[in-house]
Amino acid sequence: MEVKVYSTPTCPYCKMAKEYLSSKKISYQDIDVSQDKARVAEMVKLSGQMGVPVIVVGSEVIRGFDRGRLEKLLAK
Amino acid sequence: MKIYDLIIVGAGPAGMTAAVYAARKRLEFLIISRDIGGQLSWSGDVENYTGYQFITGPELTLKFEEHIRRFKVNMHMPETVKELIQEGKSIKAVSDKSEYICRTVIVASGKRPRPLNVKGEKEFRNKGVTYCATCDGPLFADKPVAIIGGGNSALDAALQMVKISPKVHIVNNAQNFTADAIMVDKLKESPVAQIWNNATVQKIYGDNFVRGIELEKDKKRYDLKVEGVFIEIGLIANTDGLDILKKNEDSEIIVDCHNRTNVAGIFAAGDVSNVPEKQVIVACGEGAKATLAAFRYLSTHTF
Repeated sequence: MEVKVYSTPTCPYCKMAKEYLSSKKISYQDIDVSQDKARVAEMVKLSGQMGVPVIVVGSEVIRGFDRGRLEKLLAK
Repeated sequence: MKIYDLIIVGAGPAGMTAAVYAARKRLEFLIISRDIGGQLSWSGDVENYTGYQFITGPELTLKFEEHIRRFKVNMHMPETVKELIQEGKSIKAVSDKSEYICRTVIVASGKRPRPLNVKGEKEFRNKGVTYCATCDGPLFADKPVAIIGGGNSALDAALQMVKISPKVHIVNNAQNFTADAIMVDKLKESPVAQIWNNATVQKIYGDNFVRGIELEKDKKRYDLKVEGVFIEIGLIANTDGLDILKKNEDSEIIVDCHNRTNVAGIFAAGDVSNVPEKQVIVACGEGAKATLAAFRYLSTHTF
């Protein structure tokens, strides 16, 4: 399953989300939106909001580091 | 219904330390929390937690979590306790998902960013309105923004944004900033910063996203076209619904030196309590004390 994290380098929740994924040995694509406005637009379109992190697991979109939901989606 | 010895509300430094002590005392306990780490999880660098000369907030949160996961800890997350009710010698904890009965409670629910309480704030949350400038600031590069607040965190946000935004309004509801003078001076040097002292936000408006805010200053209305609104006006204790507990004027739960609240069997620890000095290491110590006090309460009472 493809996992993507839209993040900024200064965002502690993003860092936590990424550390969490790493601790579970899940590989993910890290998208730094602070460097690329097209990626910001993509994130806003996907999530309907402007806040990082946005975590994409397969076809599901998680806004913020909602660990309960992330755990559930990864367990599938 | 199962009766727990202890329910810990919150999983920040205070709640997690309380859990370590509770596990080692082999109490039948449950942690109910909205998230893990609380404010620590969104803190930057921690350089005053003994034993770690330097560690980030998220890293220290993971360390704490590893520590509690060593024990078979029962944690319900995300879940929020809405009310505590005394029922004879027991306490009923009502959450947004269920109800529990226990003998003791440690409230360690911490603090959260204080809301502005204006029209449009809820509607546009994460649609331009943010409470974490460090997180979301970069998303507003090349967009006009407003920072609400006059303390160090507001000025931090403003100084971060003047580097990437064409226009940064700083809206402060007092005559002067409470932030350090060195930051205020720096901000005044920026050609894109506009300072609004003695001004209050009347509403936040937009379509799908924020398009502007309305201000009032000296009985005059001003319309600022902004796409980001960063609210940095301090913190508020997470004590909503906990009406049976006595609180101070800042909504912090009043405790004695044994972490006891005004209700027998209910203890409080960490930033949610009126204990001075909001520090990770203080919260941890308070969490430990609270469990030991709860343990003493359990062993000296008959139920």
